[in-house]
Amino acid sequence: MEARKRYNIRISGLGGQGVVTTAHILGSTMDNAGKYASLVPFFGSEKRMAPVEAYVRASSEPIYEVGEVVYPDIIMIYHSQVITHGKSYTMPFYTGLKPDSLIIINTDRNVLEEDDIQVLKDLNAKVVQFDATDLAVKVAGTELATNMAMMGMLLGLTELVTTENIEKAVKERFLGTSFISSGGTAALDSAIEKKFKKKEELLQKNMDVINKTFEMANSVDLSGSELIVQLAPNL
Amino acid sequence: MSYERPKLVKTFVDINYMLKEAPRKQHFITGAQAMAEAVKRANVDMAIAYPITPQSEVMHLVADAFHQGHVKEYYRAEEELGTMSAIAGASRAGVRLFTATSGPGLLRGLEAIVSWSGHRVPAVLGILTRVVNAPLSIQPDNIEMAYMMHCGAVMLHAENQQDTFDMTLAAFAIAEKVDVYIPVAVATEGFFVTHAKGYVNMTSDELALTPFDAIAAPVPAMDNETPPARIQRDAPVQKSNFMSYLIHAVWQQEIWDCNKRAMKYVYEYLGGPIEVQNPEADVFVVASGCAAAQAREAHRTSRELGLSVGLIKVRAIRPFPVDEIRATVKNAKALIVPEHNIIGWLAQEVKAAIPNGGIVVGGPRVYGGMTLPVELIMKEIHTALGLEFNLKL
Repeated sequence: MEARKRYNIRISGLGGQGVVTTAHILGSTMDNAGKYASLVPFFGSEKRMAPVEAYVRASSEPIYEVGEVVYPDIIMIYHSQVITHGKSYTMPFYTGLKPDSLIIINTDRNVLEEDDIQVLKDLNAKVVQFDATDLAVKVAGTELATNMAMMGMLLGLTELVTTENIEKAVKERFLGTSFISSGGTAALDSAIEKKFKKKEELLQKNMDVINKTFEMANSVDLSGSELIVQLAPNL
Repeated sequence: MSYERPKLVKTFVDINYMLKEAPRKQHFITGAQAMAEAVKRANVDMAIAYPITPQSEVMHLVADAFHQGHVKEYYRAEEELGTMSAIAGASRAGVRLFTATSGPGLLRGLEAIVSWSGHRVPAVLGILTRVVNAPLSIQPDNIEMAYMMHCGAVMLHAENQQDTFDMTLAAFAIAEKVDVYIPVAVATEGFFVTHAKGYVNMTSDELALTPFDAIAAPVPAMDNETPPARIQRDAPVQKSNFMSYLIHAVWQQEIWDCNKRAMKYVYEYLGGPIEVQNPEADVFVVASGCAAAQAREAHRTSRELGLSVGLIKVRAIRPFPVDEIRATVKNAKALIVPEHNIIGWLAQEVKAAIPNGGIVVGGPRVYGGMTLPVELIMKEIHTALGLEFNLKL
């Protein structure tokens, strides 16, 4: 997809995958880069494995509009069950996708049916599929860094910000004391922290994942005619 | 259990200094915070409320402000009819009052609220919109505003967090003007504005509006040491039919004249009842509240595409800017009115304001509290200009 002034992003995943956290970090990242972002508060059940959707608008100019992203430029799918089991608030998952847009799916194999492929081809979409969870496990040692892999791939492909902007936002998220996205997420954070023992170590692992996805994104050529680009972690 | 609230020493300033001259600092806060921050600076004597989502966030923060010493008195009433009746009662003591509610709460309190104007109660009412019809939901449909439009109260509609702050402060000043002295409602969309953060330039909370001046009020405060046996002397109900007709008729005329006279203060404090972008346009998007934010986005997109599109943001729903809208759109070919309700109360008002109501496109409308996508407005703009717009779902 060509660079746009504005990206309206819809993120679908399962509770516990860090979908809402990604939205918050993406917002801070844009802010750090001197750009603009807005998030939409999501009022749903906060529980593991329940469908979760988060929405981010990222732009080089001020953003006025509010509400869920109904017509996204970018769709991020954190778990293949969003597609295969229909675990999404927006069905089918590409509903409202604008022409010439981008979809990033966390999967180790193609999860698109023939019908989906035809619709997405008609929209001249690009679908990047890669195993973000596997990458998170291999680089950070935990699947909880899946969201970092997904965010890294998004920012690597769109070149919206630098890795320095991201690092600052991730630092704010994990080393800062002011941020709580929800009670449940805060509790989860402390579980992650225990797992990593040290916050600095946690930050480094997250950044390792993001840097790796930036490398992978650099190797991707989206100018080709094929709909689906399947990336191997190649670790 | 008693709690000694801090006694704050504030610098009292008039509304013009507060809104136009006082130094401001940028904050990133929710609309609920913006409304409560305005209340902190408004030198409010008493706040009374009953909680309902999404208003509860505002009144929780106002209760915090009471605890911190910014508001003199605060209590949680039994329910909304009690709340709104208590506001009317408290106003007889000659004090500055604030309350807020949402959707079903507004309708429960409506019997008391619609009597405020006639009782000359200069209270400020926050309306944080929420659906009212069954089935039960908490989402931000703004249909409840339609029920408020015919009771004489001044009504302002905030587009975003900044508007919520400025309009809430201006509301106290407008309500208390001797030639107005009726309630002012400040409405904004629940969740989209109340629970979402935006940038708000705020004055220092060490400043406060000058205290309520009961001496200047056109309705004398009640002497509570020697309360009158009857609060309302010479009620029409005690008179002959003919006196009853007359008293009630002139009373209603006076309330609506008060409402009209509020317009000059809407100009003075808020820059006027409408904001106009690109006045030469062929097609205007006319919107209020957070639909105006979506309209602003559509307006920018249209200008980037080189389309002849303008924006009219309606700040004041009552008094309705009939003359202003009529003058602005006299050469327009189409008016698109996006709304967050099914009946299209703003489209009805706009149609009634102009001689050629046929140019009004009633929509796009979303209801049940759902998002109003900018793309739907873009589709109507393209259609009005005779252009194709391929909106796939």
